[in-house]
Amino acid sequence: MEINKKAYEAYVKEVTPVHKRWPSIFRAFLVGGIICTLGQLCTSLFINGGFEKEVASAWTTLILIASSVILTGLNIYPKIVKFGGAGALVPITGFANSVVAPAVEFKSEGQIFGIGCKIFTIAGPVILYGILSSWILGVIAYVLMAFGIL
Amino acid sequence: MQLGKASVKFEEPPVILSMASIVGKKEGEGPLGKMFDMVEQDDMFGADTWEKAESTLQKQTADLAIEKGDIRRKDIRYLFAGDLLGQLIATSFGTVDLEIPLFGLFGACSTMGEALNLGSMAIAGGFADKVMAMASSHFATAEKQFRFPLGYGNQRPYSSSWTVTGCGSVVLGKHKKEGIAAITGITTGRMVDMGIRDSMNMGAAMAPSAFHTIQQNFDDFQVDESYYDKIITGDLGKVGRTILLDFMKNKGHNLESVHTDCGLEIFDSETQDTHAGGSGCGCSASVLCSYILPKVQSGEWKRVLFVPTGALLSTVSFNEGETIPGIAHGVVIEHIGN
Repeated sequence: MEINKKAYEAYVKEVTPVHKRWPSIFRAFLVGGIICTLGQLCTSLFINGGFEKEVASAWTTLILIASSVILTGLNIYPKIVKFGGAGALVPITGFANSVVAPAVEFKSEGQIFGIGCKIFTIAGPVILYGILSSWILGVIAYVLMAFGIL
Repeated sequence: MQLGKASVKFEEPPVILSMASIVGKKEGEGPLGKMFDMVEQDDMFGADTWEKAESTLQKQTADLAIEKGDIRRKDIRYLFAGDLLGQLIATSFGTVDLEIPLFGLFGACSTMGEALNLGSMAIAGGFADKVMAMASSHFATAEKQFRFPLGYGNQRPYSSSWTVTGCGSVVLGKHKKEGIAAITGITTGRMVDMGIRDSMNMGAAMAPSAFHTIQQNFDDFQVDESYYDKIITGDLGKVGRTILLDFMKNKGHNLESVHTDCGLEIFDSETQDTHAGGSGCGCSASVLCSYILPKVQSGEWKRVLFVPTGALLSTVSFNEGETIPGIAHGVVIEHIGN
């Protein structure tokens, strides 16, 4: 074919429709904001109920995760993400969704090779590189503290 | 008779004796909904896993094609069938009970084209009196294998397509007077790789292969677009159609009105949220058996070029940074006059 691969790539980019940027950002902001407001509401209610701040945060996290798990099971969370994009993926509810979805999907392949092996297929990289980067930052902080800079 | 570089013109064209199509609920709600033989409301097809559901779909469709044509199963000498799953598990488990010698085919979404190419050669060559060609796909099995678990939230780009839950099956034979339509020629596609790496834009990955096969068909048969009432690609979708028409235009062929695409016909992208269109080997196979063949049978279309398109993609090659090559197989289907 006379058209080369590079020219084809550029041409394809031209004819492929993409999501509009600003509406997407607005929806992400809206959905992310609602999730965080609900989280804050939980925390405030727990604190008003006499819980310590840390205990209140822990309960809030649990509630958010549980809600996401239930909404995933009911096939509602994917619809929220479809609308809100990163606004629904970045909060802890999105993380919970990424763990539960494979667990549900691969249940048919058994407890070990199905759920056991595949539960972290999406969340695995986040966990691995999350731990790795906090370890690196820990080493940096340790070195800086040893030299009295921090 | 061999024609040109990649085509065959049959002196005694094999005919389609019977056809059947079964689809899922969403496809049943689409523009072609009423044309399918059966719309199954339960996406699990009564099974307990998605893979078994797709196998059941194949079995039911094969049985229906046999029943509709009033054909004895043991008279079908070969089965040419395939699906999208690794090691063709939908086909291998779905066709056990048929007890028909099987050629399992993988041509991604072009499988129905491949099956018709081989099936019609087997008949025309005198190696079988009756054969069956069949292909299936299932939204859930394809998502699970190629994309994400169904419950995982993500935003699909506009260029992505929606895998059809469906299966199409035809029985081919020799006798013209029994036929619904005749397969008068084939043009077998070759791999075409234009370097596309985006697995969410399969239309762009496959359009060059469709262009190549159609062009090859025109060259081999010494014809142009006016020879056909319709040129029907498999699952190029909106983006792929745009590219195909542009490429053909550059070669001096205007396909604007003669071209359509099974992926664009099967869903209403505005109301069904399917973005670029339908895809999967069940897309072209079920549209062939519900929409295309009846029109050829009635004579509304006298001659069509059916070109199922496939993106030869694997999650391994994709993760290893490979491109997505495409393939498209052409089948010339003609009305049988008196």
